[in-house]
Amino acid sequence: MALRKFAMRTPGVVAILLGSLVAGSAFAQSPTYGVGRTPTADELRRMDISIGFAGEELPPGRGSAKEGAQVYMQKACVGCHGVTGIGGLAPILRSKLENAETLPVWKKERILPLRAPSATIVWDFINRGMPVGLEGTLKPDEVYALTAYLLFLNKVIPEDQVLDRVSLPKVKMPIGDQYGKLHEFKSNTPRLEGYPY
Amino acid sequence: MDSDQKNSRREMLKASAALAASGITTMGAAGTAQAQAHDHPATPGSENASPMIHGSKEQIEYGHRSKYVNSVRVQHPIGGRPSPDVFGKVFHVASPLQDSVGVITPSSLHYIATTRGSFLPDVDPKLHTLTIHGEVDRPLTLTMDELKRFPSVTRLHFIECAGNRHNGKQMNVQDTHGMTSCSEWTGVLLSTLLKECGLKSSAKWFVSEGAEEVKGASSIPINKGMDDCIIAYGQNGEALRPQQGFPVRIMVPGWEGIFHTKFLRRIKVTKDFYMNYNEFGHLTQSDKVLALGEQIGPKSVITYPSGTQRIPGPGLYEISGLAWSGGGTVKMVEVSTDGGKTWNRAQFKNTPQRMAHVRFAYPWKWDGTATTIMSRTTDDIGQKQALREEIADWWKVPFERDYRVPGLDNSVMPWKIAGDGMVTNGLA
Repeated sequence: MALRKFAMRTPGVVAILLGSLVAGSAFAQSPTYGVGRTPTADELRRMDISIGFAGEELPPGRGSAKEGAQVYMQKACVGCHGVTGIGGLAPILRSKLENAETLPVWKKERILPLRAPSATIVWDFINRGMPVGLEGTLKPDEVYALTAYLLFLNKVIPEDQVLDRVSLPKVKMPIGDQYGKLHEFKSNTPRLEGYPY
Repeated sequence: MDSDQKNSRREMLKASAALAASGITTMGAAGTAQAQAHDHPATPGSENASPMIHGSKEQIEYGHRSKYVNSVRVQHPIGGRPSPDVFGKVFHVASPLQDSVGVITPSSLHYIATTRGSFLPDVDPKLHTLTIHGEVDRPLTLTMDELKRFPSVTRLHFIECAGNRHNGKQMNVQDTHGMTSCSEWTGVLLSTLLKECGLKSSAKWFVSEGAEEVKGASSIPINKGMDDCIIAYGQNGEALRPQQGFPVRIMVPGWEGIFHTKFLRRIKVTKDFYMNYNEFGHLTQSDKVLALGEQIGPKSVITYPSGTQRIPGPGLYEISGLAWSGGGTVKMVEVSTDGGKTWNRAQFKNTPQRMAHVRFAYPWKWDGTATTIMSRTTDDIGQKQALREEIADWWKVPFERDYRVPGLDNSVMPWKIAGDGMVTNGLA
C-alpha cells in the first residue's frame, strides 16, 4: 500500500527501483522459458516423502515398539514377513543367526532395520513402500510404531522407547559409520582412481 | 520396374478408372490387372504360390514383426523370480542379445527391471506432473505438455542393470548379458530445467522419484545431473513404453539402471546425500567397491557366435558383438580367437557415441578346431575391460573359477567353440 502511494507520486523513481530489482534477479538467474507453475508449499509438503538423515521432513506423530507389534498384526505385515520378522516369503526383518548378538553388523544378514545407517531410512521405506498393495496408506503414528517395533526386534532400541520426529533421527544404529562412502563424482573420470579396469 | 512396365501399369490404371467412371463394375478388370502385375500370384496350385499377409486394421495401424521372427525376452536370471509373478508383478526381464543386430534395442525387447517387483503403473499423461523443488530458487511443476516446450535433445544411450553379471552356470548371452539395452532417447536436459529453477549454491545432490506404487527413488550427484542427465519422454522415435517409464523417466547416462527412475514425478535437489531404499541396496563396507557400483565400466560381449548357437562348419564368419562404457565413448574393441593369447582389433559398424552400445565385428576363418573366443574394450578415458584373472590380481586375491568381481561385473566373457561348432559358456 505504501509502495503504491509512493509510486503514484513518484512514478519515475519506482520505475528505476523496480528496474534495478528485476535486473538484479536476472543477474542471479531468471527463468528463460517461463513454462510451468510454482507448486504451493502445501503441495510440496504432501509430495515430499524423502526423509534425510536429519529427519527434517518427518511429520508429527509418535509410536513405540509395543504399539508397533499391534500394527504389525493389524496391517497384515505378519502375512508376508512372518511372526516377529522371520518365516514369510518377504525379506526377513531380524537376524536368523543363532549367535546374532555376538556378531558385528557386517557378519549378519542384509536387513533394513538392522544395517541401515539411520533409522530415518527404515521409516522412509515403510512409509512409501509398505504394505504391498496398500502403499502410502499408513498414518505417521503407525509408521513410527512399526519402525520402533522393527528396531526393537533387532535390539537397536528398548521396547518402551517412543520414536517421533525428534528422537527417530537420533537413534544410534549398530553400523555406526562403518560403511563405504561415495567419492565426489567428476565427469570423464574413471570409476576408481588407480583401478585400471 | 523399367519405364515400359510403368507405362503399361499407368495404362491399366487409366483403363480401370475409365470403367469405373462409366459405371461398369471394375472387379473383374482390377482382378486381372493385379494377377498380371504381381511377381508371385497367390493362385492356389500355382508353382509360384506364396502365402500373403492379409492386411488387418491392427497391422496397418501399428506394425508387427513377421511370425517367423520370434525372439523374446525372458526372466532374469533363469530359475529366479518369474515375471510376471502370480500377482502380475514384474521384476527382472532380459533382452535377447543373441538375436540383436545393429545397436538399437527394439522398445518391445528392452530389458525390464523394477525396484522391488512392481505392477506397471498405467499413468495418464494428462494428469501426470513433474515437480522440481528443494535447493532451487523457484520450485517448478510441469505438465507433460509443458515439459515438451523446453528445447529437446535426442541421444543414443545404453541402460544396464547392476544384476547383469555373467557366471559359469548361464547358457546363452541373454542370460549372461541380457540386462543391457540401447535406445535413442529424446527429452529435455535436466540442466535446462535446473537452470530454469535457479540452482542454489547449496545444491549437491538430487533425489529422483517415480510414481509407481513403491515410489522408487535414487540419489544422484548434482554434478552428474548438470552434466548429461535427460528427462526423457521419447524412446526410439515414439513415446516411452510403460515398461520404460511412460510418460517420463530420467536418463543418467552410463550409470547403472536403477538410477534411471521411471514414471518420474519429482526431483528434490538436496544439500546432502539421501539414502533411499535403492541406495541401501548399494551399501557396502568398502569405499572402493562402492565406487565400482554406480558408473558402468568398459564392457563388451560377443553376441555371435555365442552360447547355445552352433556354427555349421569350417569357413569364414563375422564375429559380432556389442561394446559400451559408462565412463565415455568406446575407443577400441579387440577380439581373441585363441583363448586370449593374441588379440585383433575389431571394426566398428557404427560411430561410437558416449555411453551407448557400439556394434563391433571381426572377420574370422574357423578351421574347425576347438577354441575360445572373447572380446575386450577400451574407452576414451583410458579404462580397459579386464579378464577375471586380472581383476583378482588387482585386488590381490587368489583367482578361482567362481571368482566374483567386486562392484559391477564388466569382466571379459569367453565363449568356447567345440570341434562340432557348438558354442558354450567359457566360464563353465
